[in-house]
Amino acid sequence: MTQPDLRDALIIQLGRIAPEIEIDTIDTAADLRDEFDIDSMDFLKLITALADEFACPIPEADYDQMRSFDEMLAYLKVHAK
Amino acid sequence: MSKAFGSKEVIRKTAEVRDASNMRDYQQSYDSFSWQEAETLLAGLPGGHLNIAHEAIDRHVIAGHAEQIALRWIAKSGERTDFTYGELSRLTNRFANVLRSNGLTKGDRVYALLGRVPELYIAALGSLKAGCVFCPLFSAFGPEPIKARMEIGTANALVTSTRLYSRKVAGIRPALPALKTVFTIDGDAPDTLALQPLMNVASDQFKMAKTDPEETALLHFTSGTTGKPKGVVHVHQAVVAHTETGRIALDLRAGDIYWCTADPGWVTGTSYGIIAPFTNRCTMIVDEAEFDAARWYDILSSEGVNVWYTAPTAIRMLMKAGTKVMEPYHFPALRFMASVGEPLNPEAVIWGQNAFGKPFHDNWWQTETGGIMIANYAAVDVKPGSMGKPLPGITAGIVEVEGDAVTELTTPMTIGELALRPGWPSMMRGYLNEQARYDKCFKGGWYLSGDLAMRDADGYFWFVGRADDLIKSAGHLIGPFEVESALMEHDAVAEVAVIGLPDETAGELVKAYVALKPGHIASEDLRLDLLGHARKRLGPAVAPKIIAFRQNLPKTRSGKIMRRLLKARELGLPAGDISTLESDET
Repeated sequence: MTQPDLRDALIIQLGRIAPEIEIDTIDTAADLRDEFDIDSMDFLKLITALADEFACPIPEADYDQMRSFDEMLAYLKVHAK
Repeated sequence: MSKAFGSKEVIRKTAEVRDASNMRDYQQSYDSFSWQEAETLLAGLPGGHLNIAHEAIDRHVIAGHAEQIALRWIAKSGERTDFTYGELSRLTNRFANVLRSNGLTKGDRVYALLGRVPELYIAALGSLKAGCVFCPLFSAFGPEPIKARMEIGTANALVTSTRLYSRKVAGIRPALPALKTVFTIDGDAPDTLALQPLMNVASDQFKMAKTDPEETALLHFTSGTTGKPKGVVHVHQAVVAHTETGRIALDLRAGDIYWCTADPGWVTGTSYGIIAPFTNRCTMIVDEAEFDAARWYDILSSEGVNVWYTAPTAIRMLMKAGTKVMEPYHFPALRFMASVGEPLNPEAVIWGQNAFGKPFHDNWWQTETGGIMIANYAAVDVKPGSMGKPLPGITAGIVEVEGDAVTELTTPMTIGELALRPGWPSMMRGYLNEQARYDKCFKGGWYLSGDLAMRDADGYFWFVGRADDLIKSAGHLIGPFEVESALMEHDAVAEVAVIGLPDETAGELVKAYVALKPGHIASEDLRLDLLGHARKRLGPAVAPKIIAFRQNLPKTRSGKIMRRLLKARELGLPAGDISTLESDET
């Protein structure tokens, strides 16, 4: 997937968990859980959905590389298949 | 300590573990206990006055412990900031002075809507010093729960961040005429005061408000099955119970490194995440970040945590994360682990035993009880899955309520309502402005908890379920009515019922059944629209995680939606008495 595709796909997944948040209104470099108002349970749900969507297992140890929207996108860029 | 082999297996405590605990002989302590004696652990103020903040902070400074670290704050970035008891004393004095200079006087309500940042703890204790009533709100609440809680409690001041203010408070501010002052901790927002410059010029000396033991100190909100949330009133005298229960149920000692993972927006995070650790002169760890398995193991290990108080949802998420994440860490300092929020399943207790070499000690209490009432203790054998035995000073029973008659059920393992004999110091003194609802909690000399439970022949209590429709998700009590009301505001919704669906991690998840008005068609887009609508109003902690469409919801003749029937069907359980069912689910 190209970067714009990845970005759109990530926005769709986030939209399934926090549909009320408009991507233009958030700070993509800030804490993702704050920006999207997602709790720990939702965060794990998101990770599972991303791992399925992009066919890349995301180990627990990598979660701290996915703190913001930008970081998550960068991570997926490297790992997504 | 013996190894546990299954849920029926009792985890026995060795003589060594028992002798090293604060309460070595449970039965002897239970038999000889008096709250008057517990009160002697505190300093008090001249003239019979009592103030929680004095017991938590200033008396330790007077006793020569100003240099001890009271609070170690771990920012999301991982950066550590320490506050000694001396610093906390001065900062809370400054905050109390800021309140005074902005016209806030004794009895005024100061709310906080903040993440776990140092200002929250300073505001809590500073408000108490000023004799104000402190009310913490969970920062994951949306505008509707915030508005309801500020209206009911008549909030006079709010401490928040510019971000939370603009997102959640600015829009509801016109509906809150009593809210005169909003302090923001991180700069300016319209119609607010920046806190930091005010703190900088305030004096660090303050004369502690002479509060009576029975004066209101804290306001915590809890959900009702119907109607609005209830404002639970707690008084300064509660500190006697906070201190004593921290000592015997959490085994807290002066100098301990202690970590309570609960947010102060919930009662656990205040009673045991602010007050009890400070009154017992512990060093308290506060982590700003949300749950993360590797981060949590790192904190437990690198901070040398001695006592850890957490929740079943978190423990189950740690179990799910697997042992590999845990491998690099060791916990030689960890002495006692406890859990609260919902019943801890036996597997999780045993997982703790295998992973840490010690079990999680489940305990039970409520917003209304203000402190731990039934617990597993350091020196008492643990039956995995049981909430343990009543604390010294607490009489608990299993009762049957019929009309005005309350009968105690003494046959072991009989299901009934868990009830307590009133009179302990941290018992709620009322539901704010709701005398009738408060009175309903007491009958036949018992406080009725609304929880169903059993007591076994050895005196251990076992949780069975809620007697009402309240939902327990990730340790938080959620009222279905509050969720239903928010969904009903959506244009497409004709009727809605909300239940708790069992979930292996969160205990229960909020599930909403929605019937649409004519002209609206169930679709994935509409489902997401409803979800977004609910999250916007309620926030992620209260909004449903699952939304299902129905043509019609099961109702009684009087039009009341039968949540219980929906739940029974969802779980494949017997429907029970459906004689009042008039219009069924389709």
